[in-house]
Amino acid sequence: MGLIDRGGRSRRVVEPHGRPAADGGRGTAALSAAALSKRFGDRVAFRDVSFEIGYGEVFGFLGPNGAGKTTTVRTLGTLIAPTSGSATIAGVPLTPENGVEIRRRISIMPESPGLYLRLSVVENLECFADLYQTPHPGERIDRALQAVHLIDRADDACGRLSKGLRQRVALARALLSDPEVLFLDEPTAGLDPAAARDVHELIRALGRSGVTVFLTTHRLSEAERLCDRVAILNTTVRTIGKPAELREQLFATTLTVSTLAPLGEPGRVFAGLPAVRAWRPDGPNGYVLTISDVAVAAPAVTRALVDAGADVLSIGESHHTLEDVYLQLIAENETGQGG
Amino acid sequence: MSINRRRVRAIVRKELRDLRRNRSLTVGMAVLPLIFCVQPLIAVFTLDPAAAGTLQHEHVLLYMLGIPALVPSFVAAYSVVGERQQGTLEPVLTTPIRPEELLLGKAVAALLPALAIAYLVYAVFLACVELFAASAVADALIRPADLLAQLVFTPLVAGWSIWLATLISTRSNDIRVAQQFATLASLPSIAVTTLVAFDVIPVSPVAGLVAAAALLLLNQVGWRVASAMFDRERLILGTNG
Repeated sequence: MGLIDRGGRSRRVVEPHGRPAADGGRGTAALSAAALSKRFGDRVAFRDVSFEIGYGEVFGFLGPNGAGKTTTVRTLGTLIAPTSGSATIAGVPLTPENGVEIRRRISIMPESPGLYLRLSVVENLECFADLYQTPHPGERIDRALQAVHLIDRADDACGRLSKGLRQRVALARALLSDPEVLFLDEPTAGLDPAAARDVHELIRALGRSGVTVFLTTHRLSEAERLCDRVAILNTTVRTIGKPAELREQLFATTLTVSTLAPLGEPGRVFAGLPAVRAWRPDGPNGYVLTISDVAVAAPAVTRALVDAGADVLSIGESHHTLEDVYLQLIAENETGQGG
Repeated sequence: MSINRRRVRAIVRKELRDLRRNRSLTVGMAVLPLIFCVQPLIAVFTLDPAAAGTLQHEHVLLYMLGIPALVPSFVAAYSVVGERQQGTLEPVLTTPIRPEELLLGKAVAALLPALAIAYLVYAVFLACVELFAASAVADALIRPADLLAQLVFTPLVAGWSIWLATLISTRSNDIRVAQQFATLASLPSIAVTTLVAFDVIPVSPVAGLVAAAALLLLNQVGWRVASAMFDRERLILGTNG
């Protein structure tokens, strides 16, 4: 994507305009929230949301429908006021008086592109470049369009574009203002795999160039690939951490063993093996072993199976995905609410 | 509070581009003035030259101030609620624009075509009167004081209609409802100008000046009130909650 170039060092296409230099005097967190809550009458949209996100971090915000993700983004984007709690966005405290200053430093790409369909792509971007008072708007618009591979559709009316292309125009619009913090609400919704990959590359490049990206998505594989850390929200924040750490926290490392025929006495085969904590059957010819160290357990289990005369089909470490973590946490939450 | 001209210009330009390509709105804006133009033309053409003296006591030209009262209210009523229903309002509100700037831009964008249409219709009316009406009728009808009043009051009446309609648009949940209420809200202005036109409400130069000053003030107040009533949260969420 066209966001990184020049001198072999990653840098942003869009030049900063009259705001603090990268990290200089901005504090450590690009975005922080402390016990932030929003209620609509009796209904809680989200409550006690707390986190800190560093500059250049790509932060994933995951959760089921109705979990409060979009409302959180709107709150942090100064579109709606929190009921309680506090937040700092791009170094500016979230208060009604600071709304304009915050919106100068951030950019939000809503889930729905919200383009003027009777206007062309470039006319849409011209409007927003002026609203952000972007210097050299023509140059900026060209670069933003190049970044999303839409330069050849600049003069097309947005109403004639497909959903995926409209999504890309909305992304180009979000890039115009050179934001310190970029909120992306489902940025790859409706995009084909190739276009989604381009957007992923763009997000990575933005993170490398120091832009903080706050990404809400339903695509857990996307979050796992892109995000330095993720938060799982279901009205309250269920967990925050690096995807790998969350997997380790929630799921023990396991070995999955498959044999040609069932073991006669699996308890005797697996008992007392080093680094094997427990085992359980998994289908007629399969076994799942909870282990503490795969490098120790795997050779020991292999030797034990061979000694027991078993015909081994496969031995492998089980991999849990962020999706497993997500589903586990959401299921726990639903069970907790149900009970 | 300072108003950023670039942001206001951006809204004006966007609105005018959008309006130019929105057939239903442009047709609506073009049809209404014809009603205001045709009826008095027929009356003037059929008037007996001997009765031209009665026109000396009337200000028939001011009857056409109904055009600036009615025409821009359609566009202004659409301006906020229309964007909201199309989903284009949220991206705009994520930018640093203030409600005062957004509404001023939308108001100017509604005012400019309304002025163009109103002045064009006046010009056509005057040309028709000059060319086709009896000279005694034309002389009685076209008077410098009325022409000046027409020129001065057109933007003021249009502005007042726009702010009323904008206020309705910011508080409404439906485009058609907003446009119907905006039409209703412009009726008092039409009623007053019609009563003045037919000398039911007598006017003098001083009364005209006072009325112009009052309208100017009302326009300022309308802008401030509409801006204060612009509730970002309600517009984004579509509820009062």
